[in-house]
Amino acid sequence: MASVAESEFPLASRRRHRFTRQRTGRALAPYALLAPAATAIGVILGYPLYLLVKMSFEKYGLFELIKHKGRWVGTANYANILHDGQFWHVLLRTILFTVVNVTLTMVLGTAIALLLLQVSRWLRVALTTGLVLVWSVPVIVAVDIWRWMVDYEFGVANWALTELHIGNFVRHDWFANPWTGFGVITALIVWGAIPFVTITVYAGLAQVPQELLEAAAIDGAGPWAAFREVTLPLLMPIFVILTSLSIIWDFQVFQQIWVMLDFRPTSDYYTMAIYAFHQSFQISEYGLGAAIAVVMVLFMFAATLVYLRQMLRTGEVR
Amino acid sequence: MHKLGWNLLGLLVLVVMVFPVYWMVATAFKPGQQILSYTPQWFPTSPTLSNFRDAVDQPFFWHAVKNSLIIVGAVVALSVVLAFLASLALARFHFYGRKAFIVLILGVQMVPLAALIIPLYILMSRLGQVDKLTGVIAMYLTFVLPFTVWTMRGFLLGIPKELEEAAMVDGATRFGAFVRVLLPLVGPGLVATSIFAFIQAWNEFIIAYVFLHTPEKQTLMVWLASFTTLRGTEWGPLMAGATLCALPVVVFFLLVQRRIAFGLTAGAVRG
Repeated sequence: MASVAESEFPLASRRRHRFTRQRTGRALAPYALLAPAATAIGVILGYPLYLLVKMSFEKYGLFELIKHKGRWVGTANYANILHDGQFWHVLLRTILFTVVNVTLTMVLGTAIALLLLQVSRWLRVALTTGLVLVWSVPVIVAVDIWRWMVDYEFGVANWALTELHIGNFVRHDWFANPWTGFGVITALIVWGAIPFVTITVYAGLAQVPQELLEAAAIDGAGPWAAFREVTLPLLMPIFVILTSLSIIWDFQVFQQIWVMLDFRPTSDYYTMAIYAFHQSFQISEYGLGAAIAVVMVLFMFAATLVYLRQMLRTGEVR
Repeated sequence: MHKLGWNLLGLLVLVVMVFPVYWMVATAFKPGQQILSYTPQWFPTSPTLSNFRDAVDQPFFWHAVKNSLIIVGAVVALSVVLAFLASLALARFHFYGRKAFIVLILGVQMVPLAALIIPLYILMSRLGQVDKLTGVIAMYLTFVLPFTVWTMRGFLLGIPKELEEAAMVDGATRFGAFVRVLLPLVGPGLVATSIFAFIQAWNEFIIAYVFLHTPEKQTLMVWLASFTTLRGTEWGPLMAGATLCALPVVVFFLLVQRRIAFGLTAGAVRG
């Protein structure tokens, strides 16, 4: 694929060169075409990103909000959060949450993709359709569904767990204990994230050359060894991209927790995004909130770099 | 394991995955006493539309519908035009800074909204755009742009440049070649990207929640998230409301699902 493109390239560019000389105005055309989109991205993504960093070094409270001007305080906000025990709690909780959710999503998503290869055709079609259906459910709708399923009084989850003799779940409140509360939120997020992973991995599996698997089988490899030695290395780019995307999505989790807990999660439920939101919008310390958000962005930056590098490597960016 | 075993496992996965969606729809059609029952009623044996009536009779439902439609309509129209122009530059021209721009739009998608919302609020309050639909439209537009540009560019790359060049050799102007040759071929791409923009704008919650204070200005997702009646949470009407909010997205999603999957990971397995 790449070699064909390269061999054609000099010819095509020479031809293009002649066109360019004929029309000098064309040199500016791409910039004119990009201008509207670039302006929007610059004003509403670029500038706020700069403002975020700037605010994190400022005292920015209600007074400053009205004056439209922050007051420079150096690294005071960072010193403040780094000495705040709650910040470290929240950071650790967010990391743990991300690790658990990403691992579950990737393992279950991949397992279901492999299962799709084994089942009969009709079931494969049914499963794929079902997964797309789940994928299409808006997040807020999904939160409401899960809230209803784990309702302490009439929720179907409490009934089922009691019937299955897993314990007495009659009138069990899942959110009284943050561990089980986060369990519900994890179930909701993993459930919603599986379809994307499964369908992408399945599309990748379909491209693994059958001969390689047959060759591995002839060499005496079992199914697990064939998966590890043949399929896994071939699908590595997909796994890298899916894992980095999942990390990015799960680390900034906000609305699932916020809506699930009725817009007022207790501090036991704070993740980085909620903590930053609380500091800014609920107690009007926008500077502190910005500092927390900057730390959050830095953590996610690593995952973003991995994603970008992989996208560039796969030759998508030409 | 035999095929039967795998099929049974697959069936179990199917039931577990689809059940929550089924449960929403089933609850939406059940009369109140079947919902508030300690033993779940698996099927709506006497289906009723009263939950749907209750849902749409909730305060501000029609305001929310109107606002969502205005926002979604504007975002779709603007994003398709802007994305098409930008992707035309990326797919059809070689210019200085092209690759940098592509990396920029890929990277910018990853900036967490939860972090940006703080400076965005400051920026929008300076511009007097808090509690205004136009501010929300501008923000949604920008957030869908990276992905729509990326997807449109993929569509344009799939159309051989030779087609336009042939038209130009035959005497068409660059613009004429564009209108007669490129535009008809790129139709499916425009549809796919506009549906993506639709879904994003329809589903978004955080921005609408933070920026639109007055109940008359809320969108459907904020309306749904804050759905409580005077009698507390009524699951029947809530599930009916949720079904209504999900319906347009589900329909459109089924139409473009393949494109969305490929946009984020495209080309990852090409050898």
